[in-house]
Amino acid sequence: MSQRDSTVNTLLTATILCVVCSLVVSVAAVGLKGKQEENKMLDRQKNILDAAGLSIGEFGKPASELSKAQIEELYAWVSEELVDLETGEIVEGMDPADYDPREAADKVDASIEIGEVPYDPGVGRREKVAKVYFVTKPGTDGFQQVVLPVYGKGLWSTLYGYLALKGDLETIQGLTFYEHAETPGLGGEVDNPAWKAQWEDQKLYDENGEPAAVVYKGSAPPGNPYAVDGLSGATITSRGVTNLLRYWASEDGYGPFLSQLKNGKSKTSGS
Amino acid sequence: MAEKTAKSVIVDPLVDNNPIALQILGICSALAVTTKMETSIVMAVAVIAVTAFSNLAVSAIRSYIPSSIRIIVQMTVIASLVIVVDQFLKAYFFDISKQLSVFVGLIITNCIVMGRAEGFAMKNGPWLSFWDGIGNGLGYGLVLLFVAFFRELFGSGTLMGYVILPLDRNGGWYNPNNLMLLPPSAFFLIGFLIWLIRAYKPEQIEES
Repeated sequence: MSQRDSTVNTLLTATILCVVCSLVVSVAAVGLKGKQEENKMLDRQKNILDAAGLSIGEFGKPASELSKAQIEELYAWVSEELVDLETGEIVEGMDPADYDPREAADKVDASIEIGEVPYDPGVGRREKVAKVYFVTKPGTDGFQQVVLPVYGKGLWSTLYGYLALKGDLETIQGLTFYEHAETPGLGGEVDNPAWKAQWEDQKLYDENGEPAAVVYKGSAPPGNPYAVDGLSGATITSRGVTNLLRYWASEDGYGPFLSQLKNGKSKTSGS
Repeated sequence: MAEKTAKSVIVDPLVDNNPIALQILGICSALAVTTKMETSIVMAVAVIAVTAFSNLAVSAIRSYIPSSIRIIVQMTVIASLVIVVDQFLKAYFFDISKQLSVFVGLIITNCIVMGRAEGFAMKNGPWLSFWDGIGNGLGYGLVLLFVAFFRELFGSGTLMGYVILPLDRNGGWYNPNNLMLLPPSAFFLIGFLIWLIRAYKPEQIEES
């Protein structure tokens, strides 16, 4: 046996290699962490601005084309609040910036089982406390929009997105998904700006206050205030979007919070 | 076998000894990331970087690697490099790294990287190995771009995100081919490419 293949040398080489490699990996991970966190935050802010239509409204282009300074300028209009989904009350005494709802949804004590519900988002559990966003334009009183995080299963993946509601809390301002792995060109068309534009001014609830927004199978009948066109070739993704919207709009989701808001208990509404 | 030079190890893997077309390695990621040109380019650059530097590192320590653990040593080097590349993409190319998602991490399992480390870098000097890594990465990248060109053009009507064929659902005239957006289309395209290359270079045809 040559010197190189001896047991001692094998162990030594393995140890040195492991130490060197872990050093390299740690330096990269720690060194780039700040930049990555910043990217993640900017990405989330961009998606909220897009859902609320602020970027198109103010600068005439989607948030992905804005500079960092422009995003920060617009995002200054947005205030974050934490909401207890069961009671619909705003949670005081916790800093929204320190709370990650997606992390909470994975923790047993910070989440609940969804169980049997009329519209199943297919994700099993949801967080008890959600983070919502109020949009208040400078110089106005009360908020113009509220942006709600929504998520649910499509065909391959869980779709994560934001639903923006107008001040009446019944009319949709916009819906964008910031993370999904649906088939590009089929279910992935949830990202198509032309499709997303259809959501504006659709109604989330019918006259009885039941969640009614729907992704139609085929072309939506003209004049139907609840329906948008189905995604062609993506029946399951379309159904998933309908289910997740209706779930989050229902009493199991943001229902209690939205009725509290309407009654003016939580925050005074403008317009 | 002729003496290997830096030029020959870069040029050979492009057509004559292409890792995908001739050796049929690294097919899985070629199916997954080629729906768009942009993601393919980034993926190709990531693979070039990993192959080049893993070859360099493995070759530099090749006389110290005990033969009983040589595969795992190569694997550790490759895995570390892939993590570094992944972290780098997340920091500087956030949008693209989101689209590439898990496939950057899966470079670890790309047979081309491991194949070059074991097949070339263990027997050759660091300098030559580095260029061999670049060459094989480029060969892989070429096939990716070929496949992505057709998939993006006929599947989404765009190239590099610019509209070439306006889609009917956006008010244009082109009805996209949805098969192009699904992984099997890459199989067909790679098949056609191999056919083309072998028609042009009959010496690549295996004897049956």
